[in-house]
Amino acid sequence: MKIAVCLKQVPSRDSYLRLNSTSTWVQETDIGFEVNEPDVYALEEALRLKETAEGTGHEVIVCTLGPARAQQAIKEALAKGADRALHLEDAAFEGLDSFGTARALAAALSKETPDLVVTGLQSDDLGCGQTGVILAELLGLAHSTIIMEIKLEGQKLKVKRELEAGWFQWIELPLPALLTIQSGINKPRYATLKGIMGAKSKPMRKLSLADLGLAASDLNPKQRILSMNLPIRKAKTEFLEGNPKEIAARLADKLKNEARVL
Amino acid sequence: MPIDVLIVAEHQGGKLARATWEAVAAGQSMAADSGGAASVVILGNQISALADELAKARLSEVLAVQSELLSNYTVDGYVFVLAKVIRERAPDYVVLGHTYQTRDFAPKLAAVLGAGFVSDCLGYRKENTKLIFNRQVFQGKFEADVEPRGQPPWLISFQSGSFREDSVERAESHVSAVQIEIPPGTIRTQPGERFREARQTVDLGQAEIIVAAGRGIKSPDHLEMVKKLAEALGGEVGASRPVCDSGWLPMDRQIGSSGQTVAPKLYVALGISGAIQHQVGMKGSRTIVAVNKDKEAPIFEIATYGIVGDLFEIVPPLIEEIRKIKAG
Ligand SMILES: Cc1cc2nc3c(=O)[nH]c(=O)nc-3n(C[C@H](O)[C@H](O)[C@H](O)COP(=O)(O)OP(=O)(O)OC[C@H]3O[C@@H](n4cnc5c(N)ncnc54)[C@H](O)[C@@H]3O)c2cc1C
Ligand SMILES: Nc1ncnc2c1ncn2[C@@H]1O[C@H](COP(=O)(O)O)[C@@H](O)[C@H]1O
Repeated sequence: MKIAVCLKQVPSRDSYLRLNSTSTWVQETDIGFEVNEPDVYALEEALRLKETAEGTGHEVIVCTLGPARAQQAIKEALAKGADRALHLEDAAFEGLDSFGTARALAAALSKETPDLVVTGLQSDDLGCGQTGVILAELLGLAHSTIIMEIKLEGQKLKVKRELEAGWFQWIELPLPALLTIQSGINKPRYATLKGIMGAKSKPMRKLSLADLGLAASDLNPKQRILSMNLPIRKAKTEFLEGNPKEIAARLADKLKNEARVL
Repeated sequence: MPIDVLIVAEHQGGKLARATWEAVAAGQSMAADSGGAASVVILGNQISALADELAKARLSEVLAVQSELLSNYTVDGYVFVLAKVIRERAPDYVVLGHTYQTRDFAPKLAAVLGAGFVSDCLGYRKENTKLIFNRQVFQGKFEADVEPRGQPPWLISFQSGSFREDSVERAESHVSAVQIEIPPGTIRTQPGERFREARQTVDLGQAEIIVAAGRGIKSPDHLEMVKKLAEALGGEVGASRPVCDSGWLPMDRQIGSSGQTVAPKLYVALGISGAIQHQVGMKGSRTIVAVNKDKEAPIFEIATYGIVGDLFEIVPPLIEEIRKIKAG
């Protein structure tokens, strides 16, 4: 079984984010990056499927589109147990929308003909929640989204799809297929020291626009961010200040006398 | 140039989704500003009552596509039918609520049509003849103005609560039945029944006071402190999704779009950033206290009282103060 995992590298949660000079994205120079949260779960799911599948010859391929820094995300995935990686890197890939990203990923993955592709359900930065589903269509795969459990039953998958407000639904679909994975589906592993050492010798293939057989115009965005701003606060929040003890006393007083909940 | 809008309805268990009425409000508004037409399309089996209900909104028509193959939602069935309807009617915009179902099929529909899809929008504004859409990025830390590019149609989904159901304009509209044959083999997925996990042991919906822990509590060891605060206040402990995902608290403590919806008298959010999926589950709370070390955290947009600081410094004296008041 050949499983491909789409991993995106995004600004880390703890980074203090500021807008760039044109207010069209965040300033990326002095922040940290990490693997997009649901993608971490997607990778873990792929590794588990590989490890529990019968027979041999199973493989997990990581596929990441991003600048040079994204190699860190790839290395992490290889250290955790992925077998090899495709790194889509080209100046033409900068600032792609979900469609462009999916188009490039599809060009890379169509040559691999994976049995299963897993992606995160949504990226923490753009938050479009589209790339995986578009990729499924471009690769001609059946898909299901926001998955919380995967059962492999021969040439079929049985997956638990999360719905709103604590509801779920089992879906059956044929392989090959694409699933978008929800955070919480499993307990992701940490890389071991042995894994980290081993990752160094695993194949990482770089793919440019030309390698993918695409022209820049194939990736033309169907949407563009004009500008970004901090949310406008409808500001009714009363901020309490002082040292912790003072704040605690003031809040307790407000809870008693204003909110009347004590 | 008039803007024509086609709104996609969603229904479950014989009821229209609230997101559908919000999408109707959005679609009506987008069309009306330009003198265009807004229509709705609904897919299903035995849905005439729902189509009639939709026809009470001011629409140029309600298109009802009925087929046994549409009795249950499937992504392939929906995409096949909607692509056909959209190609025939050629609307400028296709408007949807940003629901789980939309997440499942709309990106595929967009890809089939070669259309752009601006998802999870908060609103729109007009700039000359164009519409510019506003949406959250970076988990609500920023908002972005987004311009759809290329050729129509464009798909637009709106976040829950962005438009109000009660602003839907009413009138008698017409229902048209549309016949579409879905070829055998089109639908590749087989959906099962919807279910809930049985192990729901607390009903946070009944709690008057909730103290909720977010990823900011760092480790399950610190839950003790959160529980003490909840005890001092006489309330229940709740959590954001990552806390439950990590197994620090059971799933039935999760508050938000995929967990419970609560509206207590007091909601204390400790180390919770306030992503929209969390907010929708608790923004109806009467008094909201937020403790967060990041002054830009989106939770402060809805908090009654805000404390910018380290929760580990604030919570212990707060427990003391509350105990004092309760004792005295
Ligand atoms: C389809 C879907 C459904 C979802 N459903 C839900 C849902 O039902 N419920 C839900 O909660 N989420 C849900 N999410 C996830 C949601 O998008 C957010 O990722 C999540 O709510 C973030 O949780 P958090 O605020 O605890 O963590 P973070 O966003 O990581 O925030 C942690 C916060 O803690 C603060 N902090 C850190 N240290 C301290 C300290 N010492 N003192 C004070 N503050 C500190 C930080 O400043 C930060 O703001 C869903 C997402 C998707 C895509
Ligand atoms: N640049 C990228 N490289 C690899 N995978 C990506 C990339 N962008 C998005 N994805 C995948 O698509 C999912 C959804 O992203 P988005 O559509 O941006 O919300 C992510 O969770 C990733 O799995």
